[in-house]
Amino acid sequence: MFGYMGKILRVNLTTNEVTTEDLDFELAKKYIGGRGLGTKLYMDEVDPQVDPFAAENKIVFINGPLSGTATPTGGRYMVVTKSPLTGCIASSNSGGEWGAYLKYAGYDAIIVEGKASLPVYLSIDEDKVEIVPALDLWGKMVSETSDLLQEKQPGSKVLTIGPAGEKLSQMAAIMNEKDRAAGRSGVGAVMGSKNLKAITVKGSLKPEIARPDGLKAVTKECRTLLKENGVTGGGLPTYGTAVLVNIINEHGVYPTKNFQGGQDPDAEAVSGETLTEKYLIKRNPCHHCPIGCGRWVKSDKSPDGIGGPEYETLWVFAGDLGIDDMEVVIDANYWCNELGIDTISAGATLAAAMELYQRGYITDEMLDDDVILKFGNADSVVHWLKKMGNREGFGDLLARGSYRLADFFGVPEYSMSVKKQDLPAYDPRGIQGMGLQYATSNRGGCHVRGYLISPEILGLPEKLDRFDLAGKEVWAKVFQDLTAVIDSTGLCLFTSFALGAQQYADMLNEVLGTDWSAEDVLLAGERIWNLEKLFNLEAGISSEEDTLPPRFLEEEMPDGPTKGWVHKLDELLPLYYKERGWDEDGIPTEERLEKLGLL
Amino acid sequence: MAIKIKLFANFREGRGKIVEMDYTPGMTGQDVIDSLGITAPEIAALIVDGVDGKVDAMLAVPIKEDGYMAIFPPVAGG
Repeated sequence: MFGYMGKILRVNLTTNEVTTEDLDFELAKKYIGGRGLGTKLYMDEVDPQVDPFAAENKIVFINGPLSGTATPTGGRYMVVTKSPLTGCIASSNSGGEWGAYLKYAGYDAIIVEGKASLPVYLSIDEDKVEIVPALDLWGKMVSETSDLLQEKQPGSKVLTIGPAGEKLSQMAAIMNEKDRAAGRSGVGAVMGSKNLKAITVKGSLKPEIARPDGLKAVTKECRTLLKENGVTGGGLPTYGTAVLVNIINEHGVYPTKNFQGGQDPDAEAVSGETLTEKYLIKRNPCHHCPIGCGRWVKSDKSPDGIGGPEYETLWVFAGDLGIDDMEVVIDANYWCNELGIDTISAGATLAAAMELYQRGYITDEMLDDDVILKFGNADSVVHWLKKMGNREGFGDLLARGSYRLADFFGVPEYSMSVKKQDLPAYDPRGIQGMGLQYATSNRGGCHVRGYLISPEILGLPEKLDRFDLAGKEVWAKVFQDLTAVIDSTGLCLFTSFALGAQQYADMLNEVLGTDWSAEDVLLAGERIWNLEKLFNLEAGISSEEDTLPPRFLEEEMPDGPTKGWVHKLDELLPLYYKERGWDEDGIPTEERLEKLGLL
Repeated sequence: MAIKIKLFANFREGRGKIVEMDYTPGMTGQDVIDSLGITAPEIAALIVDGVDGKVDAMLAVPIKEDGYMAIFPPVAGG
């Protein structure tokens, strides 16, 4: 078996049983790995209507066939489970080193099932796998947990949850190497519900490569393309993802104060250029990554440096809260990492709370003389993040995410979310294709399921009219399908700024010994997208939830270069369903499913 | 009257964040980048007086008398 290690580790926390199973090579190739294969393995075993926190729910940790190979950026892993935030399929992925080390330990995936009676962690050193009591770790922050586990198992990579995951916050992340996050969809809370604090992995095994000389050649070609590309060889290494702050803001789609506006006159204070000039200590790359967009930055409170922040984090703790203070952003990023919370959902929930305060739904009395949740109040950010992560006082309500918060007050329309997952840093009123992508994303509000920002704003691979609807359903489908492929290989999505479907097919072919074309891998991506959609439908998430918050459909953008625009989802959605080969209700047709090998 | 040119990322190197230029009737983005020593292929995104579009097309658009341009090299993230 080439590319894969050929082994799945199954861990039952109820019975304390640890077993290994052979990987079905044909099944693996059909769904590639990572997001695709993880979803298939999960769906074959779990009732889509399961309570995400029930012992019957399972959680899959899975790398891809390119993980741990010489291919660029092959260190990622995917977490697949049912999201406690959305009720949809959750596939949340993270960089760093952990995904590659899972492979070096000899495994393609770990399936965790059941629930431990007391806190435990899982220790993996190739064939030596132990479920270890973790009462001493329960309650500890992410970095302390990681340090303690690395002392116990030197040379290992540590994945852990923080207090937010232990306390079942719907925005809890899974962290690895302290500052890398499988952040979205509340996957950390599913670990917490199983009393599973952490997983350490260690090993020195390597996958067998079908055509080593061919892989060497295609890897060299891809590395050259990445190096020569203006984004992956220039903008990202120099400025990180933070470089987006200014360009998104200048286009008037940089959300301010819970998406009440689209342009921030003070955004420069938290821009990539400012971060690089005043705060950057060094780059902080992931495994085998020639791009190196990760940052290691200092602040007054962290003079030795911390990992981050990324663009989404900068926006959500600055423009979205009306603050624009880099020190506040870096401090907020630090506490999200320590508590194990998704920065996007945490900041977006604070933004929603601030709008609810602005409109009189949240009052001073409810906050019990605590710090006021008001736009522009920098003192409120870390204060409420800590309460959110530890579920203290009003923070217990905040820990559930912006949708449940706004719904509690009877006004869910003030949650800027899709399928209850908080939206990222791009206002869809001025990016019509991206809005369609938000509405149809299988994991709820998300930018990395089909990054239409590339053609609509950044001019990559070509510049589209961001207000024009023509052809956007085609772009959305292609981007979604290709992203599903990349997420399944074990590589980073950012490689797609320089590489296309053919390069991904080439790398997979040399590793697996296959002979796939670009069209073949895109078909696999479409298969994965439809599989996820089927899970959501069976879980009770109907296509009626393929929508956007009313603000984007009814309220014209009040300011900036997007002034006067709303999102025209009602025109785009039927075109999208047709492009996907689904019926008018957004249900995949038998004909399409048969073509995709899903019947 | 002067127009304002906003520069971003590595376009700021040796030029600064904002460059002000004297306005001359009919001047276009092409005139601006010529004077700044920037070539069209180096530009990934361009905004002229709040309007964005394909770079080549936007470089031909006349700038308003009190207008502005925002010029970006290839940048991305997510």
